Amino acid sequence: MNAGGAAGGAAEHRPYTLVAELTYRCPLRCVYCSNPLEYPRHRDAVDTAGWLRVLREAEDLGVVQVNLTGGEPLVRDDLEALVAEAERLELYTNLITSGIPVTRDRLARLRDLGLDNVQLSVQDVAAGPSDRIAGRRSFDRKLQVARWVKELGLPLTLNTVLHRENLDRVPEVIALAEELSADRLELANTQYLGWALQNRRALLPTREQLAQARAVAAEARRRLRGRMEVLFVTPDYYVEFPKACMDGWGRRFLVVSPDGLVLPCHVAHTLPGLAWESVRDRPLGEIWRDSPALNAFRGEAWMPEPCRSCDRRSTDFGGCRCQAYHLTGDAAATDPACSLAPTHALIAAARREARDGAPVAFEYRTRRVGART
Amino acid sequence: MIAADTRPRLAPKARLRFDAKSERFMLLYPERGMVLNPTAADIVKLCTGELTVSDIVVRLTEKYAPQPREAIEREVLQFLNLMADRGLVRTEP
Repeated sequence: MNAGGAAGGAAEHRPYTLVAELTYRCPLRCVYCSNPLEYPRHRDAVDTAGWLRVLREAEDLGVVQVNLTGGEPLVRDDLEALVAEAERLELYTNLITSGIPVTRDRLARLRDLGLDNVQLSVQDVAAGPSDRIAGRRSFDRKLQVARWVKELGLPLTLNTVLHRENLDRVPEVIALAEELSADRLELANTQYLGWALQNRRALLPTREQLAQARAVAAEARRRLRGRMEVLFVTPDYYVEFPKACMDGWGRRFLVVSPDGLVLPCHVAHTLPGLAWESVRDRPLGEIWRDSPALNAFRGEAWMPEPCRSCDRRSTDFGGCRCQAYHLTGDAAATDPACSLAPTHALIAAARREARDGAPVAFEYRTRRVGART
Repeated sequence: MIAADTRPRLAPKARLRFDAKSERFMLLYPERGMVLNPTAADIVKLCTGELTVSDIVVRLTEKYAPQPREAIEREVLQFLNLMADRGLVRTEP
């Protein structure tokens, strides 16, 4: 949210966006899914009334946007009720979906109830490679859903997660987005957490692939200005400094997981030693303000060197806590993606592996590996 | 390019909302939002697809008297072209 300075000051920790993870259930099995590896252990524990309350309490806190996501939010049959309540609260609603399973009628119903935007994922530009990543036949259906979205007058964001197998096809992804009249195209490089970290050797691109795709995206952004917004999200493994993950921990984004936990991002509950609180036990506003877990990495007191004395500490907030933990074992370490981090060699080694390593097979998102990590 | 006879309309993906906390209007669109100053909010409210930029300038000149019409027109065009570049304001029917 680039709300600018106008809302600053006391609003430092005002959440603008609620990421409502309605379920971890999903018909697809994407190899880079950002859900936790042990997702089957997390049940859908928040009922319709619970989510309606979350929407109201989030709006009270200052939230103006809701991402309805998962897993696949469409598998919940109370999505209509949530969209209607969000509309009543004048919240901007973005449905983040694989497009499976949905009918045209249901999309029309959601539009009539006030849905503002549909963000549809396509894994690649043809059925073969797309279905290979998704672990299920889905590509043709996704294109059908994209056409329905536009026919119904809903804005369409097309989202393609990029990795070494499809980065060279970014020109074709852009052409597909144009053909579907997408209003917005997110070319989002894989972030290596969850299943993507598990599959990093098979997914991490080379520097050359990335540079070429970035140049293609930049050209498309100029050419399509005003018609289609083109975003290119660089992977952390090829940057000099880390990104401001979630705009800083517990600052602008509020995530509620399927089991009701209030989190600063969708991966934070994989960090050890933090007691996350549930919307089922306490009002959202109290948790947002007082939860020791949410306060653990707010501000700068937790920062180690080189972050603590770094000029960029208020720009990138030390990077991603989850990446720090999953790569170094210490959630309070400087994000290894930072070239100044003492553990940056981990990233350099992964890059070398991407350049020189032998091909490896994917491990699909599945319930069977549930206990790992 | 937005000109005096263009009839700008807010893009379907954008939504205007009053924000009680900042007491400003916000323009919301996918994954983003911007806080509008009062003049910008007045312009956006008039982007109905029916009024031309000239109509908008006339209305705002009345509202913001005694500011000169030329200055207002310049500001309106500058703002709307910026919004059109971001795909937030449409010029086609």
